[in-house]
Amino acid sequence: MYDIGNIYSAKSVPDAISALQADPTALVIAGGTDVLIKIREGKYAGRNLVSIHELRQELEGVSLSSDGDVEIGPLTTFRGCTYSEVIRATVPVLGQAADTAGGPQLRAAGTLGGNLCNGITSADTASTQMALGAILRVQGPGGVREIPIDEWYQGVGKVALGPAELLVKIIIPKSHYEGWTGHYIKYAMRNAMDIATLGVSCLVKLSPDKQTVSDLRLAFGVAGPVPFRCTQAEQDMAGLSVAEAARQIGPAARKEVNPRDSWRASRAFRLQLAQELSQRAFLEAARKGGAAL
Amino acid sequence: MNVEILNCIVNGRSVEVAIDPRESLADTLRERLGLTSVKKGCEVGECGACTVLVDGQAIDSCIYLSLWAQGKKILTVEGLQDDNGELSNIQKAFVEEAAVQCGFCTPGIIMSAVEIVGSGKSYTREELRKLISGHLCRCTGYQNILNAVERAVNEAHKFVGK
Amino acid sequence: MEVGKRLSRVDAPDKVTGRAKYTGDLVPRPHLVAKVLHSTIANGRVKAIRTGKAQAIPGVVKIVTCFDVPDIQFPTPGHPWSVEKAHQDVSDRRLLTDRVRFYGDDIAAVVAEDEISAARALGAIEVDYEEYPVVTDPEVSMTAGGESIHAECPDNVLASMDVRTPMPESDFKTVEEVLDCPSYHQFRGHYQTQQVQHCHIESALSYAYMESGRIVVVSSTQIPHIVRRVIGQALGIPWGDVRVIKPYIGGGFGNKQDVLYEPLNAYLSKAVGGRCVKLELTREEVFQCTRSRHAISFDVAAAVDGDGNLMARSVRALSNQGAYASHGHAIVANAVTAFRQLYQDQLGCHAQARTVYTNLPSPGAMRGYGIPQSNFALESMMEDIARAFDLDPYEFRLQNLMPPGYVDPFNGITCHSTALRECMAKGAQFIGWKALREKYQNQTGPVRRGVGMAVFSYKTGVWPISLETAAARMVLNQDGSVQLQLGATEIGQGGDTVFTQMAAESIGFPADRVHIVSTQDTDTAPFDTGAYASRQTYVTGMAIKDTGALFKSKLLDYAAELLERGAGELDVRNGEIVDAGTGQELLKLHDLAQEAFYSFRHSVHIAAECTHQCKDNTFAFGCCFAEVEVDIPLGRVTVLRVVNVHDSGRLINPQLAEAQVHGGMSMGLGYALSEEMKFDEKGRLLNGNLLDYKLPTAMDHPELTALFVESDDPTGPFGNKALGEPPAIPVAPAVRNAILQATGVAVNTLPLSPQRLVEEFTKAGLIGGKEG
Repeated sequence: MYDIGNIYSAKSVPDAISALQADPTALVIAGGTDVLIKIREGKYAGRNLVSIHELRQELEGVSLSSDGDVEIGPLTTFRGCTYSEVIRATVPVLGQAADTAGGPQLRAAGTLGGNLCNGITSADTASTQMALGAILRVQGPGGVREIPIDEWYQGVGKVALGPAELLVKIIIPKSHYEGWTGHYIKYAMRNAMDIATLGVSCLVKLSPDKQTVSDLRLAFGVAGPVPFRCTQAEQDMAGLSVAEAARQIGPAARKEVNPRDSWRASRAFRLQLAQELSQRAFLEAARKGGAAL
Repeated sequence: MNVEILNCIVNGRSVEVAIDPRESLADTLRERLGLTSVKKGCEVGECGACTVLVDGQAIDSCIYLSLWAQGKKILTVEGLQDDNGELSNIQKAFVEEAAVQCGFCTPGIIMSAVEIVGSGKSYTREELRKLISGHLCRCTGYQNILNAVERAVNEAHKFVGK
Repeated sequence: MEVGKRLSRVDAPDKVTGRAKYTGDLVPRPHLVAKVLHSTIANGRVKAIRTGKAQAIPGVVKIVTCFDVPDIQFPTPGHPWSVEKAHQDVSDRRLLTDRVRFYGDDIAAVVAEDEISAARALGAIEVDYEEYPVVTDPEVSMTAGGESIHAECPDNVLASMDVRTPMPESDFKTVEEVLDCPSYHQFRGHYQTQQVQHCHIESALSYAYMESGRIVVVSSTQIPHIVRRVIGQALGIPWGDVRVIKPYIGGGFGNKQDVLYEPLNAYLSKAVGGRCVKLELTREEVFQCTRSRHAISFDVAAAVDGDGNLMARSVRALSNQGAYASHGHAIVANAVTAFRQLYQDQLGCHAQARTVYTNLPSPGAMRGYGIPQSNFALESMMEDIARAFDLDPYEFRLQNLMPPGYVDPFNGITCHSTALRECMAKGAQFIGWKALREKYQNQTGPVRRGVGMAVFSYKTGVWPISLETAAARMVLNQDGSVQLQLGATEIGQGGDTVFTQMAAESIGFPADRVHIVSTQDTDTAPFDTGAYASRQTYVTGMAIKDTGALFKSKLLDYAAELLERGAGELDVRNGEIVDAGTGQELLKLHDLAQEAFYSFRHSVHIAAECTHQCKDNTFAFGCCFAEVEVDIPLGRVTVLRVVNVHDSGRLINPQLAEAQVHGGMSMGLGYALSEEMKFDEKGRLLNGNLLDYKLPTAMDHPELTALFVESDDPTGPFGNKALGEPPAIPVAPAVRNAILQATGVAVNTLPLSPQRLVEEFTKAGLIGGKEG
């Protein structure tokens, strides 16, 4: 039994928005795998909830728009993402990242939207969405607006959602994935049921001869207070040969990340991981892109 | 807090039950429907002991509100035996492979196995490890559990062949 | 023969159908819910508690605080009681305490109509504390001065010991002289183990109510008869006024070999007039407020001659006891005792051990009772000595092993049987020891492989350190089957199944004619101290064997009466009365039972009950071999293959024995690589949940291989000896030694977690400096 104030089951997105307007203290609950745990631990005890769990018709599923953008409903579960034919065909790295969260039962319940809206740095799909430059469409009392994921994170656990706003779509523009290949590495203390000690997602676009890095994206989780991209390293790698980039990417990433010391892992350990894993993620992404390695 | 009426199908039977909307599905199944195979080991979705199938998918019922089960099909271990009381092949495999020790994680893992076997696919040992990785067990080292699930998967394929 | 069969578990059908009932499945309705208020400081005193606001919360029935409970101190460990005061356990617990000794100490309790009201009430109780400095390090605790953690123990040293084995005639007077002698190889080492927890998947819980003026407690425990005694002691009531019932339990591993919250639960039920009160700990409370395995540090020294003989060793062990004594000094005492037993010193062994109170949650019994700790130190040390002096680690161990017939000079425990050498050979063959050792020497590159080993010895039960006693009862049913009642407990290990096999074997019945009563109810179950020390198949097994023989003789006496033959001419075979000479069936047991129950001529209810006081002990043995791959830049160890080989004497049920070994190996792998209770400087547990405490998942294990070499132990009831705990013992040092071979880096602190390994590899120059 959860210490919930009251719970309103929204009938539609507009209905959820009005419910949130009517009760500004209410929290949105979707998959429940995060909010219920925080209720139990006391952080959200006694809070009122607006449940969007049953708005699947409107908010679940992955599709391709007419111009080739990938559109992900935020209620899409980790599992739904991994097994989506669209995801497999367009951004398999996102499906791969989603497949590292928790365990099978959690992946069948937790949602991609929740993974972004709780604003945590260890979210397994967040770094890949950072690397992919996802556009987040939100809807609220003032209508619909789109937020580039670069502007989403406002601090630990804080995101750019305004009052009574809901995330209603995650959009990966075609130009952000076409011609790119990517690889996500989750480093954790266990191979399942764990939160990332460090997560790194690397996307690469190779020259036609597969010898040179035309462009690169490198994003981290748990290497700072929120997921972020190493934009300097990205710039520095562009134009380098694959072999040279492989040599340089680790030290370059190490300079840019800013992990903290915590009882879960030391800063020094995370720096070592960031250096080593960015190289490994890059090499795997390049291999997928056709580089001979 | 109001009482709400939950209508769903539990182990093949239509159920109408009054619930407190603050209840988890694990609470409702255990406390109101007497389905005590649904175990609570952590109540935060870490141990998998409360796993049941909701519309065919294994989820942790401790972090699933009963409200959300409205109109859905729920399956627990109590629903696995056939009308004559015969154990399902998965249950038999767990008995025969000595995959049961203290038994507390057993019903939950069996429910994941029901989904695995029901998929109709075959799996490598490593894939099976991943598919049961949402369950913690301290007694078995997972060794005989994997043997049992593998056996049940193989037996299911045998039937398809007939 | 029923003993030795791969019989399916007798409880498996109930467990796979969800019909097996555990404590939480049995709580009657309606019931009240109790929750405990835990201190938010680790050392100090409760000056005042204000409960007014909490009392006003709807649904709250009763609040009791540390100022309300009786002023009685009681012990908690699952040891047999001793009638000699000097041998009684330390009584340092109260139901609730105003003297706070660790973060999470029990200072008040709420009884409410439901969980939410109880939780809200806990949040509304106001507490004023007087705080003292927090001490988590036993070295500091012994010397810091200041307020002692227990008034009875001013220097915080709960106990200490100093034991020297008798030395043969030589030029040396003490072990220390040998250790300092320059004509021997000299070795010094320091090894440290961590605090870990059992992680049974079922919480610790109980419910209590009053019936006929007595208190009934249904609990998830390994030791119902001991729980009964301690509830009586804690509440100051006659032990006969307490009834404890133990249904199926979801794992114990030693945590439930302590009396946890049952006395408080009983007290709270009495406080609300005997209404049923459930007290179920959350997972977080289980971590913070129940037992764990002691962190122990070991300083060791050895002298080895040029031929690889151990001449002398010393060990100084320091055990962090946390806030309360629980099993206390018994654990580190056991740890250093095994040190002198497994290997023999030509001249002598000197062991010192101290157990020190600190402001941490109290460790108690956990699978292996000190031996996982000392085996890590001992087997790491043996590896390090071999490496330092260029000895073959396998041969070096073999050369110094406990010989058959060994008698411990202090406790007299004797090596009645040993197949350790054969176990080592079998394990070495399985893993391909020689070839791999050769293949993996002198590797380079970021990813390297290695192979390591460790061996152990483990005694069976607690005699002569403590009492060993068990009783069994057999009752004939009307159909010629038998009811088997024991005080020994099924805790997941398969006890009920092997007891069934033993009973069948000793009577001459097929196993399906033996019906074991799984639940222990102290009102009706025979006396047995319970599941611990890997004792039940040995000690309870003897009681079953004795009782079976008595039961059988009663059947034969009655059969002789019916058949008008001498009882000596008859036997029970395959469940029927036969002619002992020819084997010809003479009488169906069904018919005998019908007569015995319902005969107008002579009706008798045939039953037998025996107590066996066991005054013997014997060593079980085994070894582990592990092959690992180490990803040096990531500090990540993958165990590629691992095998345990055990000599536990004759196996009662080979299939369940294998299963038991798998579980122990799994626990050993977690101990080696990932598990650790982490505390901050305030004594707060940082990772007290199943997300942050890294219990291995199915994806973290390789295939686990369990092999056996069966010796036939002359003291075991069926040639058997300890098996329950031993599988968890040798895995951590075997993995550690494999990492050592792979990388050349000796890591002496558990767990061998990625961060620790990265730090050690960096120190050793394997990370940093050079590229890649």
